[in-house]
Amino acid sequence: MLHEILFFIFAAGCVAGAINLLAQKHPINSALSLIVVMASLAGLFLLMGAEFVGAVQVIIYAGAIMVLFVFVIMLLNAGVEEHTKGSRIALILGIPGAAVIAILITWILLRSQQSQAPIAIGQLHGDGASIGRLLFGPFLLPFEVTSVLVLIAIMGAVVLARKEDA
Amino acid sequence: MIPLSWYLLLSAFLFICGVLGFLIKRNIITIFMSIELMLNAVNLTFVAYATQLKNLNGHIFVFFVMVVAAAESAVGLGIIIAVYRSRETLNVDRVNLLKL
Repeated sequence: MLHEILFFIFAAGCVAGAINLLAQKHPINSALSLIVVMASLAGLFLLMGAEFVGAVQVIIYAGAIMVLFVFVIMLLNAGVEEHTKGSRIALILGIPGAAVIAILITWILLRSQQSQAPIAIGQLHGDGASIGRLLFGPFLLPFEVTSVLVLIAIMGAVVLARKEDA
Repeated sequence: MIPLSWYLLLSAFLFICGVLGFLIKRNIITIFMSIELMLNAVNLTFVAYATQLKNLNGHIFVFFVMVVAAAESAVGLGIIIAVYRSRETLNVDRVNLLKL
């Protein structure tokens, strides 16, 4: 019973945050709603026994990435979004397109028998030790490749954000 | 006991919210945040299926998605700052020329 109650609390947080992200006009309000979505997702991960992923979700997504977003919004002094002719066309074409995608995804999900299987608490235990054993065992090569990717991303961010004549 | 389909439907809802935000929002930072929302929705699917299949590989995939998302947001925000320096706007409708 507690499992269902916790699921609904976190799911309601996700849904409310996602809708608020779309409804808000100012980017800083959207960023704060996105933080709510990410924190609720971390709770859902913990409910499924994904301890490591839940912790990383809070540290990297709700922490590092969103701080970066808020920094850029403050730095560029982003104001309320202005509406032009293009935004009305996007609204007319975007909502039916998204509705079609939604119907397709829901149909595919509900059609398969596998998705009716129940998920219980403690079914899988994704603690740091077992994740680490997998990362430094079978997934060692992809792990090392991501380190190169992060290095390139750091250099790219520095090159892109510096002043032209410096 | 929660059916897998509830997690999948929640994830689909978040993904659709991301798609909708990507299409209807005009502020380049909000569009970027919608992309992050889509990545998060996919992470939820990965973890739900990992739990149902009792296989930890899904968690590893989530870890890699997070690393790539962090790299992507660092480079993307750098690009946004560069665009703002040259165009003085964040509205994607006003960024429509390859060369000033």
